[in-house]
Amino acid sequence: MSLKTFRGGVHIRDGKKLSSHAAIQIYRPKGELVYLMNQHIGAPAVPCVRAGERVLIGQKLADPGGFVSAGVYASISGTVKAVTGRECMNGDTATAVIVENDGIYETVPDYGAERDWQSMTADEIKAAIKDAGIVGMGGAGFPTHVKLSVRDGLHIDHVICNGAECEPYITCDHRLMLERPEAAVLGMRILTSLFPESVGVIGIEGNKPDGIEAVAAACEGYDNISVLPLKKKYPQGGERMIIEAVTKRRINSKMLPADAGCIVVNFSTVIAVADAVAYGKPLTHRVVTVTGDAVKEPSNFLVPIGTKAEELIEAAGGFTAEPEKVIFGGPMMGFAVYNLELPVNKTTSCILAYKRDRVYNPSECIRCGKCLTVCPEHLMPIKLKNTADERDFAEFERLHGLECIGCGSCTYICPAKRRLSQSIVAAKQFVLLEKKKAAAAAKEANNGTKG
Amino acid sequence: MKTLNVSISPHIRTTRTTQTVMLDVIIALSPTMIFGFVYFGWRALLVTSISVASCVLTEFVYEKLMKLPVTVSDLSAVVTGLILALSLYSTAPWWIPVIGGVFAILIVKMLFGGIGQNFMNPALTARCFLVLAFSGIMTTYPGVGGVDAVSAATPLQLVRDGGYVSYAQMFIGNHPGSIGETSAAAILLGMAYLLIRRVITIKVPLSVVVSTVAFVALFTAVKGEPITLNYLTVHVLGGGLLAAAVFMATDYTTTPVTFWGQIIFGVCVGLFTAVIRCFGGMYEGISFAIILANLLTPLIEKWTYPKPFGVRRGVKK
Repeated sequence: MSLKTFRGGVHIRDGKKLSSHAAIQIYRPKGELVYLMNQHIGAPAVPCVRAGERVLIGQKLADPGGFVSAGVYASISGTVKAVTGRECMNGDTATAVIVENDGIYETVPDYGAERDWQSMTADEIKAAIKDAGIVGMGGAGFPTHVKLSVRDGLHIDHVICNGAECEPYITCDHRLMLERPEAAVLGMRILTSLFPESVGVIGIEGNKPDGIEAVAAACEGYDNISVLPLKKKYPQGGERMIIEAVTKRRINSKMLPADAGCIVVNFSTVIAVADAVAYGKPLTHRVVTVTGDAVKEPSNFLVPIGTKAEELIEAAGGFTAEPEKVIFGGPMMGFAVYNLELPVNKTTSCILAYKRDRVYNPSECIRCGKCLTVCPEHLMPIKLKNTADERDFAEFERLHGLECIGCGSCTYICPAKRRLSQSIVAAKQFVLLEKKKAAAAAKEANNGTKG
Repeated sequence: MKTLNVSISPHIRTTRTTQTVMLDVIIALSPTMIFGFVYFGWRALLVTSISVASCVLTEFVYEKLMKLPVTVSDLSAVVTGLILALSLYSTAPWWIPVIGGVFAILIVKMLFGGIGQNFMNPALTARCFLVLAFSGIMTTYPGVGGVDAVSAATPLQLVRDGGYVSYAQMFIGNHPGSIGETSAAAILLGMAYLLIRRVITIKVPLSVVVSTVAFVALFTAVKGEPITLNYLTVHVLGGGLLAAAVFMATDYTTTPVTFWGQIIFGVCVGLFTAVIRCFGGMYEGISFAIILANLLTPLIEKWTYPKPFGVRRGVKK
């Protein structure tokens, strides 16, 4: 059987068997929990509680800071210790609400109460998703209600559930496929109900045959929802790659999935949608894989958001040896962190600890062309890196450098160990920032002449 | 606890390095080289050893003198030395591979910035230099058994004079020629290894061979000479075409990296080879054809910039 896929990509030893057999365990945190206000893309959330206040599970701690933003909810009951600055994944400081866990786990009144979602209108469902603070849980953290607010005139015919989980080591979605397949199908029923005539496709990489089987069984009886096995290849779970695999349509950096008639939602997020809409539970917990060769018992935990990473590592038996690198997320696109007191965010799918971290010295490019063959965007990373290093950003843009999705495949494959994607992503961010500044300046100038 | 490393993703890399790629090429070259040693005798081994030593030493000495980091451990100089030797005759005097090696590494590679920077294939350029500078010695090839037989003719010469060469003889490599270019079987074995290890793709070798045959047939027809299957087969198996198509036209540094660029490059090599073989005075045109095509590489790459995913129009010229 030839599975659906895309051209390019890399085959990586996935390390998933370390944790793929570990059933999800519920983790009860100790001490304080840290709720960062910037767990999503867009405007940071704005705290709406004060120090000293008692909060319950499901209670709102922060309001969305704008349309592209998401609220934050308490995942335990306890007392707000402080609203203060805390370090986040990228080393910046962000506002955080700190809550001391009282160990009672008292919930807000309607938490978990079943709702008749089928009698809700599309707008009510979208509002419920917004009020649950749901964001993409695969890593990007794009607020889900924004994704679902499709521009007028666009016809959505595919709702794609991204269950590729193509990053090595991560198994949180895989475990959810085995343990909560009916929740994922419920989430897909809710999402497809928002778009008349749409079909729901759950794309799962072929390295999870049991996951495919379980979800396919749960799909039975729902004609418009099906499972599509995908080829195991990184980055199969890239938004543009999975859209192509499912629909044969291709989008570029200037388009949204909706322009191709698609809505793409990560597997964990679909389950969060089901919990929010059908059970009135805001996004307060998520499954986190704690794994890597430096972790004693690689595990999958259902974790209250805000739990500190060091607690989870302790819960997984601690380190077998002192790690040289700890990564939030997968090894291809995750963030290396130096502070294990960082909390689990809505987007934290994995905490990965490596015993050894080899630092490679780049050597001269031998022009083998491997980076071209693996680039899922069909770019020429070798050339883009050169233009980026020369700071020739006009040429960078002309060569479509802005199409880069930052998957890191080129850096992974390079025999000369050149830091290709690092340079390209930096140049891309620089160009986008300059554009933003230019647009703001133009707007200001425009206002000035009018005034 | 000791401090943790932080870096930008990705955090993992493939195990393949420049060194392992070069090692793969060396492994792929070994069948044809071993055939050459057995068939042409100890002098073939001597010429090869001198050639490799000359290349590696030149790189080492240059980098030491220029106070550059020494890069001989990446094995690329070894590959250059082997490819140079592969295209020499076993009867060459000892100083031929010495001069060739120095020319290849010093003039063609290091002076242009070392690995990845040269725009012509070092080994082939050195060979062409030797052919032009010492044409008498460079065209004196050994006969069967490696003893003498200056009067023996290579298959290409034979068919040009209307002779017939047995297919089995060509396939095994049982005929006069350069150290590593005679045995089609050994070369194909090496190619299979490179393909399996994904060091090269079939695009370049195939387009070189197919286009050479096509253009040779075309030009022969234009000249009004008879085209026979034996004649065309000799053009593929009887000279240096196969070895060059597999080991030299696939050189990373001097050939295009783009998909269509590699095919266009192969067709250019085929065209130039056919022109030289059919209209030129030399029996062996492919070395010149490849270094000529090397010069077109930047242009070909510019023309064939890939069309990005999901973008309607490619790059504006």
